[in-house]
Formats: sequence, structure tokens, C-alpha cells
Amino acid sequence: MRLLTVCFDTAEVAQAGGFAAALGCEFDAVVVSGHPVADGLAEALRPLTEGYTHIAAVSSMKSKDLMARLAGLLDAAMVTDVVAVTSPSVFQRPMVAGSILATVETLCSPVVATFRPAGFKGSAGAGKTTELVAAAGRATLVSETVRGGSRPDLSQAKVVVSGGRPLGDAETFERVIGGLADKLGGAAGATRAAVDSGIAPNELQVGQTGKIVAPDLYIAAGISGSTQHMAGIKDSKLIVAINKDPDAPIFESADLGLVADLFEAIPELQSKL
Amino acid sequence: MKILVPVKRVVDPYAKVKPLPDGSGLDVAGVKFDVNPFDEIAVEEAVRMKERDPSVSVTVVSIGSGDCEEQLRKALAIGADEALLVETTDEMDSTVVAAELEAVVRQVGPDLVLMGKQATDDDCNQAGQMLAARLGWPQATFACKIETAQGSVRVTRETDNGEETLDVPLPAVVTTDLRLNEPRYIALPGIIKARSKPLSRQPRATTAAPKTRTIRLEPPPSRPPGRRVGSVDELVAALRERGAL
Repeated sequence: MRLLTVCFDTAEVAQAGGFAAALGCEFDAVVVSGHPVADGLAEALRPLTEGYTHIAAVSSMKSKDLMARLAGLLDAAMVTDVVAVTSPSVFQRPMVAGSILATVETLCSPVVATFRPAGFKGSAGAGKTTELVAAAGRATLVSETVRGGSRPDLSQAKVVVSGGRPLGDAETFERVIGGLADKLGGAAGATRAAVDSGIAPNELQVGQTGKIVAPDLYIAAGISGSTQHMAGIKDSKLIVAINKDPDAPIFESADLGLVADLFEAIPELQSKL
Repeated sequence: MKILVPVKRVVDPYAKVKPLPDGSGLDVAGVKFDVNPFDEIAVEEAVRMKERDPSVSVTVVSIGSGDCEEQLRKALAIGADEALLVETTDEMDSTVVAAELEAVVRQVGPDLVLMGKQATDDDCNQAGQMLAARLGWPQATFACKIETAQGSVRVTRETDNGEETLDVPLPAVVTTDLRLNEPRYIALPGIIKARSKPLSRQPRATTAAPKTRTIRLEPPPSRPPGRRVGSVDELVAALRERGAL
């Protein structure tokens, strides 16, 4: 058994150690730099995968774009969003917006997988590390907008403060949610409803179809707790819910719940930290 | 330009679904089925392109049981021109779907395959990329804006930390994200018109076998119940007590 992990930064190499431990093998890493376009990158990776039984990457939009294409090139079996490894050919993954946990068996080799790092602990380093500068593809990059500023990356942050539609508009969201996030040195997140109504930018969406987060502290303000949102936060160590609706479903999953108007509670919380 | 839109029949994405007691599958008793919402966005986008440029034609395809006709008729009602049903009751995973779609692409000859980024039942996010790989076509996933040009499409796609815009030469595979458009409400005349649009059925073209098998479905582990606090002061105290601050 040999595992190759495809990483987009060194933090992902460290996370790959956890997946390798769960699989029960050592691993090599390819660290991709530059701005990859999936078709060129998959072609460049293809020869590097020779001899590996498993090829894996941390789940992200970037890795999903790439790894499924690589699986297609290699005619491989693929498992998306692995949360647990039962054996080298049996994996667990969420489906139906996180409301079902599926156990999936792969029937051939190689196996291509994306995995959610929260479920894997281990600190083994990579054996061989290969640097790969992204190759050109037929699709070409025209422009890029990178947002985020000074806050930590959502999927790596120790503290995440998220807001829902009650925030009303982008300015209020940034002031209330962003303000508390900054006070705690954390990242800001949002629900799909907040993103869809233009209150928060798309890359802040937390949930099954957005970012999967696993911070030590997750504060949800004005969030009812849809299945798809909860699927993205359930690995958080401590979930705090602030909502003025005492019947909001999020209170069933929150470790600490406060029934209050977020426009009063958040500033008060911020002032008392 | 010819656009092919694959559409998947999925359990109603707004219904609460549970595993069967023995874990062998989803309990779909009494649950409605619909077009995968991401695929519906793809159909809507293709039809909008056709409305802007009458030389565009839109073919929709579904792979599955005869029941998929219901979803194909909905796509026709949105405005697709014709539908193809690859009729099968075989077990499929994304690799099989990609192999069958490759055969359909070779048969229909589209310039652009537009499809959902993932299906809301299995949440795999694989078939579009696998199809692009098999065809050797470029791809753009997670599209939130598509502009057509001569021989290419300019696709703005959502990324982990913002957005990027790609020029993608045709033929290509583009997968759609939520914010690409809001599918129209289908009015009665569209539904009636869809009944007389061409829908052909054919058997599978390949013998591709699945490379994965679902062994068991179960509800996810639930978190232990938490507690309510009565004030912000109590909240701060509880956070300090747990070392969260």
C-alpha cells in the first residue's frame, strides 16, 4: 500500500499525516504551487501517481475540481469527503447534505479520495516531497479575486463567528460578525441564505455545500440550523448559538444556547471579552 | 452551438430522508423526486443562452429508470429542445455515469456539456470532472457566471477564497454552482408544450461496472444535548469555564 497526497500548501501536508495514519501507511506528498487549472494540473500529476494505491487530498473546492478529473484520467475509484477510514478499501462519508453517513467500499485500485481533516489525527511527516509548479492547461486564467484580508482561513481557524440572514446587509454583517471575529482572532462565516441574499461573500459560506469547519469555538448568530449548515460545523469542539427564536433547531445541537437578540447580545459579548 | 445538459432524478432535496432500518438504502417511501437542483440551474442557464441566441440547441439526458421521464419533461418545460433517456436499473457510481455520458456526447456531438456540480443525494461532485477527463476536454467547475464567445466560454467560478475567471475553449464541460441563476417558475403552457417535445429512449451503450459500492447507510452520530444560558454574563462564564476563551 502506498499513499500519495496532493497538497496545496504545507498545512495540508501536516493534515495528510492524519489520513495516512488512519490508512495505516506512510505517505509521499506533491506540493502544488502557482495557479493551477485542473486540466493541466491533472495531466502533470498523472505520471507522478504511478505505483501508488491511494491518491488523496484535503477536501476543498480546489481539490474536488482536480481529484475527480485525476480519477477520470486514471480510471480510478473515487470517494469524496472521507470522514473515517475502516480499512484501505472501506471509507465513511456524509451524503444527502450530511443527513446520512454512508459506508463505501472501493472495488479497484488505485483509489482517489478527498478527506475532511477534522476526523484524522496524526503528525507523521511525508516521506518524499515533490514540488510541482502548476502547468498550463487549455483553460486559461483571465482574472482572480482573492478575498479574506487579515482574518484566518475559515477551514483552519480556531474560532469561527457566523451569521445568518437576520444580519440584513453586508455592512451590518461585517460590523457585527466581523467585529466579534476580529475580537476573538477568528474567521467570519455565513449561512447559505446570508450568502444568497448578498449579505456575505460566497467564500464565507459554511455548510455541506460550502466550507466544512472544525474550530475549537463556533459562534452561530441568527442561524436557525438547517441540516446543510449543521453538516458543515458538527466537528466544532464547542458550538454556541445565539438566536431570538427559542425553537430554532440549532439549539438542539449547540453546546451553549442563548435566546437573545443578536444585535444586543453580540456587542455585549464583545465588550465583555 | 449545441448544449448537452445531463439531469439526475434525486429525492426531493427539501425532504427529510432517513436510511432504511437495515441500512441498505434510503427510505424513499412517500418521498417525492425532483431534478437535482444544480442540474436544474444548468438547464436554466442553457435555455437562457438559447433565448439570447436562437442558433443554440439544448438536449437533456438522464440515465436511470423509466421514471426519469418525469425529470426530463420538467427540463423540456423549462425550455430544452429534446430529451434522451438512457434506460437502466443497473447500480451506478460516478465512473459509470461518466462512461455513459461519454457515449452520449459522442452520439449527440455537443460543443458544451453543462451540468450540476454535484447531485444532492450522493453529494459526490465527481461526474462532470470525470467526463471531462474521459473526453480530454477542458473543464470549469463551480460556475457562477458564464459568457459565451466565439469558440470559447468565459466562466467565473467560485473558489475557496474568492472567485476566478477562466477562458475555456470549446468543447468543454462546465459544472454549475448555486449562484449561477435562479431557475424560472414553470408556467402551464411550458408544461403542455413539453409533452409534445421529442423524448427518445435507448439502452446503455457501455458495460462499465461501478468502482465503488455503498455497503451501509446510517444516521450521522448526534451531538450530546447542550444547555441554555440565561444571559451574556452566563455565556462568558461558561466559555471561560470550558477554556474556550
